[in-house]
Amino acid sequence: MNLHTLVDSLLSDTLETSLPLFRPELALCGTIVLMLLVRVFRCDRLLPPFLLAFAGSVVALWLALPAEGLASWAAISPQEIFTGMLVHDTLSAYVRIFLLAFAVLFVVLTQLTGIADRENGQDFYTLVLGATLGMCIMASANHLLTIFLGIEMASVPSYVLAGIVKGRRRSSEAALKYAIYGAGTAGVMLYGISLLAGVVGSAHLPTIAHELAALDISSMLAPGGDSSTVMVLALGGLMLGVGLAFKLSAVPFHFWCPDVFEGAPAEVNAFLSVASKAAALTLLVRIGFGLGFVHETPHATLATNQPPAAIAQVSTTAQPPTTFAALKAEGIVNESTADQPLSPVRNFFVVLVALMAIVSCTFGNLAAYGQTNIKRMFAYSTIAHAGFMMMAVAAAVALLGRDPSQSQAAIAALLIYITIYLFMNLGAFAVVAFLRNEMQSEEIEDYAGLIRSCPMTAVMMTAILVSLIGLPPLAGFWPKLRVLQSLYEAGGPLMITVLVIAGLNTAISLVYYLRVVKVICIDPEPDTRGPISLGFLPAAYILVVSLPVIIFGILPDKVAQWAEQATMHLF
Amino acid sequence: MNLSDPAIYLSLLVFLPAVAALALALLPRLTDDAFKCITLAVTILVFILSLGLFRQGAGIDFQVGVAEMQNMFQVDWIPTFGIQYFMALDGISFPLIVLTAFLSVLAMGASWPINKHVRAYCILFLLLETGMLGVFMALDFFLFYVFWEVMLLPMYFLIGIWGGPRREYAAIKFFLYTLVGSVLMLIAILMLYFNSDLTRLDAQQLVDAGVVTVSAETAPEAAFQQWVNSEEPLAQRFADITAESDPAQRRQLHTFNILALQQMGQHTDLFEGEAFLGKSLQWWAFILLFIGFVIKVPSVPLHTWLPDAHVEAPTPISMILAGILLKMGGYGIIRICYPICPQAGYDLAYFVCTIGVVSMVYGAFAALAQTDFKRMVAYSSVSHMGYVVLGFGVWSAMADTGYNADYWKMGVNGAMYQMIGHGISSAGMFFMVGVIYDRVHHRDLNMFGGLFAKMPIYSGFAVGIFFAGLGLPGLCGFIGEVFVVLSVWKYSYLLAIISASVVILTAGYILWAIQRVYLGPEYKGPNADALKPITLRELAIAVPLMVGAIVFGIYPNGLLQYMQPSVDRQVDQLAAWTQAYDERETASNPLGGEDGQMAARQQ
Repeated sequence: MNLHTLVDSLLSDTLETSLPLFRPELALCGTIVLMLLVRVFRCDRLLPPFLLAFAGSVVALWLALPAEGLASWAAISPQEIFTGMLVHDTLSAYVRIFLLAFAVLFVVLTQLTGIADRENGQDFYTLVLGATLGMCIMASANHLLTIFLGIEMASVPSYVLAGIVKGRRRSSEAALKYAIYGAGTAGVMLYGISLLAGVVGSAHLPTIAHELAALDISSMLAPGGDSSTVMVLALGGLMLGVGLAFKLSAVPFHFWCPDVFEGAPAEVNAFLSVASKAAALTLLVRIGFGLGFVHETPHATLATNQPPAAIAQVSTTAQPPTTFAALKAEGIVNESTADQPLSPVRNFFVVLVALMAIVSCTFGNLAAYGQTNIKRMFAYSTIAHAGFMMMAVAAAVALLGRDPSQSQAAIAALLIYITIYLFMNLGAFAVVAFLRNEMQSEEIEDYAGLIRSCPMTAVMMTAILVSLIGLPPLAGFWPKLRVLQSLYEAGGPLMITVLVIAGLNTAISLVYYLRVVKVICIDPEPDTRGPISLGFLPAAYILVVSLPVIIFGILPDKVAQWAEQATMHLF
Repeated sequence: MNLSDPAIYLSLLVFLPAVAALALALLPRLTDDAFKCITLAVTILVFILSLGLFRQGAGIDFQVGVAEMQNMFQVDWIPTFGIQYFMALDGISFPLIVLTAFLSVLAMGASWPINKHVRAYCILFLLLETGMLGVFMALDFFLFYVFWEVMLLPMYFLIGIWGGPRREYAAIKFFLYTLVGSVLMLIAILMLYFNSDLTRLDAQQLVDAGVVTVSAETAPEAAFQQWVNSEEPLAQRFADITAESDPAQRRQLHTFNILALQQMGQHTDLFEGEAFLGKSLQWWAFILLFIGFVIKVPSVPLHTWLPDAHVEAPTPISMILAGILLKMGGYGIIRICYPICPQAGYDLAYFVCTIGVVSMVYGAFAALAQTDFKRMVAYSSVSHMGYVVLGFGVWSAMADTGYNADYWKMGVNGAMYQMIGHGISSAGMFFMVGVIYDRVHHRDLNMFGGLFAKMPIYSGFAVGIFFAGLGLPGLCGFIGEVFVVLSVWKYSYLLAIISASVVILTAGYILWAIQRVYLGPEYKGPNADALKPITLRELAIAVPLMVGAIVFGIYPNGLLQYMQPSVDRQVDQLAAWTQAYDERETASNPLGGEDGQMAARQQ
């Protein structure tokens, strides 16, 4: 293979296959560059940053939406782009639409709350769109390098966003804490990546899966086997997990979360708790599925082309691909998962994620009890919900070796969860932000008797809080139900324990959410507070964002169908 | 809009209050009385709709003497999750629905003294009514669960905003107890769902479960064939799965259909697999469901939310709580626990009966000890609902009795009758307490006395209602209690003797309360001037309750003719199941019951 053909195939792969599928991200890049140029050429009076950001995110969303309706997703088969660095499938398509839709709503929110004024509007929106770009990459990462790249691209703007309100000590403290934590975990994660890639000889996830399958870990674990390699692999996996746990704010890497949430403005909290969590969870799915499952056709794109050097070693792997179909034909699938070469990897992943999920969920809910600041309370609530969502990932990977269609259902549960969670948390933080503008307070006790001053907001906030508990007929119930169903389907002592703990956590979380409801709806209004009126646009925004919590509660079938479409062709 | 279509009629019945609540929320500001009048009108309309089902031969009716589900309809609600909007009526649910609609009217009438945030009160009240009606009609397990939870939030606010001094504590306690119960129920629902399989049912069973609709002339098999070949998505999945010949590759067709789950529980071994600690799946499902329902009933030791909630709740909400919400627990036990998990019910029958008797005794003693009038009535509810649990539990169709289900039928019918009777008498008692509380603003039993002189008409009604609660012959409380106690005799002498002697305790606390409150020379407590005679509005609530108490006391057949066929049918099915089960056990264990186990141990 000479250089010329290599460059040719690279070019055609990039220009003909990859870039068209990357259009939404390109639109974001273009918007960022445009926004910076506008400032350089001092025409920001003509083109306010809000308009640019709004237009940019709408265009990106429009490009991301499937042109022929959702049904066309059936035609998308998993496809590697950029020589295997990213993967384009229905999952990444769904999460991308989700992230960009969130970006649109978020840009509108920041304009309404006035956090991004003329002076720092460019900075703010550049950071927001930059972080969104990073999250899109996280959602479609297929290579350890892009995983790292995506996490950093999403994190670094977030550090700055946390401290966007200048001159406030708490804000700066939050940003600094966040940055130091992030830098530390990034280092650990990079070390873990180097260990993994060093042992396996590749950083491309499907290739790693092949190599791991070839390594035959089960026999290494057997007495007398070479356990040192397994140790290194496990260490690498754990270190990679540290980076992810930081993004997910999973216990024990959650310490930044309450402080950052308290210090950062409520709008940024919405961004961190919705978009950042969704991207991190998708990445967790990518890693779980990437390492725990050998794909049937690892590189559909390159089948016609000459394989580029970067991943040329894949095709030289002597090991015949152990596909699921093959396993099924041999009748292994229906038997114990221990017969599969990758089951130790999956077990490791499942136990790790399930334990973290249990601890995060329980700890988050218990720690939320004592909070007096609403943002801090929501920080712990976010930790608990992230734990709940991780349970779905654990169930999905546990089901992977046994019943892929159920595994897809578990991922669908996760997608429903993040979709519903968008409305709940964006709505909640929008209320917090608008109320902060009105009464300069974010203490729960200052919300007393809100139902008298602004009934609509109070009712919507109540609906959101009850939905966060997970009570039907509000939307928050359905994803929880689906997660519990997946856990039950996954079976086994660990998953049933997780199921019971998840159920009990619903009861635990009741008290602190309901305390806020009580303060808003039952407590008398303080005499000192003046009249509160949010104005028409903010009230309308709250209504639009939180109405889906009620609508999807009564008619969840639409979201369920989207999620099902998005996961149907993962394998 | 065709009102004789059950889908429309029953939906209207359930959702009319919710729609009205939405309308109230959007209406411009009106006077408080206007809101109350609108709400009252809506509850009356719902009551009329429920009464409309009595017209025999009309476009839509509830046919007397039919045991099966009537007016059944099903529509896909969330097809992706396999959840249906599936409702119907039978003799078990129909009386409870009418009771709900009836008590809602009275409770709304009793809400006139409420002057705080009237609009919000009316909205929540109406939402509560939708939840209550929905629970009794839903036949999809999930729909049932959703309605069950829908009631929680309105109830929380109704106690928490309009309640007494410790209202917030009582409201959250109520919420937390019920939520823990419903989480357990949810786990049980998942257990049953994932082990259910529609393809294991035969044509007749599918017809019974309402999956296959059959007209009068076609045979079940023909209707089944027609259904399997139809375009319906469920039928197609059914056909796909049954087409698979290799049993190892065959998938299951899960369902939330309560009737289908009942058929599976009674006719297949789907729920008999071992789940945990050597107990079968249905044993655990039964325990989880039973705890969830018994919290609502409530039975000792899970009753502690009830006295707090009752004491703090405003009068109309206490009426609803005692009159209807407690009945949901009982309804859940008879509709879900026993028919779906018969093996566990058979196994745990003595346990369930014991729970019932302990509640009766404990509740009666606790009621004797109270000085707060409302708390006393609350504990009397615990005691009276014990009869319901006991009546459901007397599984007297055993080998000893030759699988004679007559006494068991009597027990279950008695328990159902007790639910209706207690719905009227307890709502009445709480209302009577509320009437004097509105006047003198205290409820200390030791500070009353001599009310007969000041409020003769009220006292007459009150004493009548309390006698109904006591179980005096000729009033509604008697029939249920006597049926239950009689039926227990065949099951266990010990329990029968204890439960019969509870009547003495009941008479003790009620007569003592009547003596302290209504008799005596004069009223010496605070606010003596406020003791005005009963108003017309209060009379309008007291009279229907009193009439109900008397009618159900002297003409039990008026209620039993609707209820009994369905109850008897279910009990007969369970008795037949018991016989089949015992025969199976004996066949696998030739020396029979315990001897076989002894023999096995000796080997």
